[in-house]
Amino acid sequence: MTEPRTAPGGMALTVRGLCFETGGVRILDGIDLDLGPAGCTAIIGFNGAGKSVLLRLLHGLLTPTRGSIHWDGAPAAQARRKLALVLQRPVLLRRSVAANIRYAMAVRGVPRAACDARLDKLLAEARIAHLATRPARVLSGGEQRRVAIAQALATAPTTLLLDEPTTGLDPAAVIEIEGLIDRIRSEGTRVLLVTQDPGQARRLAHDIVFLHHGRIAEHTAAAAFFTQPHSEPARAFIVGNLVP
Amino acid sequence: MPALVEVVSLAIGLIFDGDRNLYEIVALSLRVSCSAVLIGAALGLPLGALLAIRRFPGRGGVITVINALMGLPPVVVGLFVYLLFSNVGPLGWLRLLYSPAAMIVAQTLLVAPILCALSRQTLADLNREYDEPLRALGVSGWRRVATLLYEGRHALITVGLAAFGRAIAEVGAVIIVGGNINHVTRVMTTAIALETSRGDLALALALGLVLLLIALAVNAGAGLLGRSLRVSGDD
Repeated sequence: MTEPRTAPGGMALTVRGLCFETGGVRILDGIDLDLGPAGCTAIIGFNGAGKSVLLRLLHGLLTPTRGSIHWDGAPAAQARRKLALVLQRPVLLRRSVAANIRYAMAVRGVPRAACDARLDKLLAEARIAHLATRPARVLSGGEQRRVAIAQALATAPTTLLLDEPTTGLDPAAVIEIEGLIDRIRSEGTRVLLVTQDPGQARRLAHDIVFLHHGRIAEHTAAAAFFTQPHSEPARAFIVGNLVP
Repeated sequence: MPALVEVVSLAIGLIFDGDRNLYEIVALSLRVSCSAVLIGAALGLPLGALLAIRRFPGRGGVITVINALMGLPPVVVGLFVYLLFSNVGPLGWLRLLYSPAAMIVAQTLLVAPILCALSRQTLADLNREYDEPLRALGVSGWRRVATLLYEGRHALITVGLAAFGRAIAEVGAVIIVGGNINHVTRVMTTAIALETSRGDLALALALGLVLLLIALAVNAGAGLLGRSLRVSGDD
């Protein structure tokens, strides 16, 4: 286990009446959600359920049509410095792996003198130290995701938002990424994870938010969700049935 | 044919003998065109970045005008700068006409729209690609502009080369505002035109060969720079 990056502890989330519409289409409708300041929450659901949009709203990348989002009582816009978002398809800078991570630290105003030690720690934690001098954009998909996560951690977030971090990766890369997410969570960073993989949600999450057609169909502890799902779509999702 | 061979050998002789007149003309050409590209870049790149990133009323019109200015005829620019700096012009008091400074101004007006329009397109594409990642990191304002300029450096070097090519090869503007004065404002293109008309084909051809060599050297240099950037961690 590597030493902690920052003081551990995430932020509690309170969402009330959250709606999001674009182009006349309602993507999210009346989302109410309360999450504690620790652990890992998986937001799952079928394609088009609104998972990625919800994550972007929680981060503040998108503005809600209606409703409110508060992190530890503060609006999302004010809490953004403590949040980090890793996109489904990370777009890394045309620089080396180390330079990508340094860039994120520079954005947050980390003094140059402190960068090197912190960079080494992040590279070690993401297990990409051997890639430090390699051009980031020519790495494999799994390596790029780990770089993107390390870059996000370089901003010293208390809460990490991950949008489908293992989609399209082979099992070995999935194991690496899931191991990294688990280490991040165990070191005190709050993790919110969007995934379409029930197995991944089962392995990583303490609680599950199941979205269906833009609404929360279920929010419950992971163990309860996978053994006793209440809704038919959730049951279909778990067993892998196709739902129109 | 023998006359042509003789002219070529005379031209090569001028180059390798270090003909003082020839190298003075080459040096002034490089000074004028490099200065114009640098000043044009200082004006055009930030404006290109602004047009790529910001949305404001009239933006479409500004882009259309700048795109149109890429095709400015050099003689028209020369005439405009001539009127600007002539004794009856608004900037006549500067007494810049028939000086390298006036030639730099004219070439800057020619290359700035190229630098602005082509960099805007490059940076707009990059802005779309990096929009979410940069916003997710909380990057905005001038840091965003600087990041996009750095990320687009390979393409922008090519844009700079295109602008340099336009500047070093043009004759219409510099001959109007510079006057092709020997040892003062004579550059390669105006000298080639003059020496050809006078029948001194050896000097004209030597200057033409140097012009070609400069084009090759600049492109080779850009290629090497790009390769070294890739080796040091770029894609």
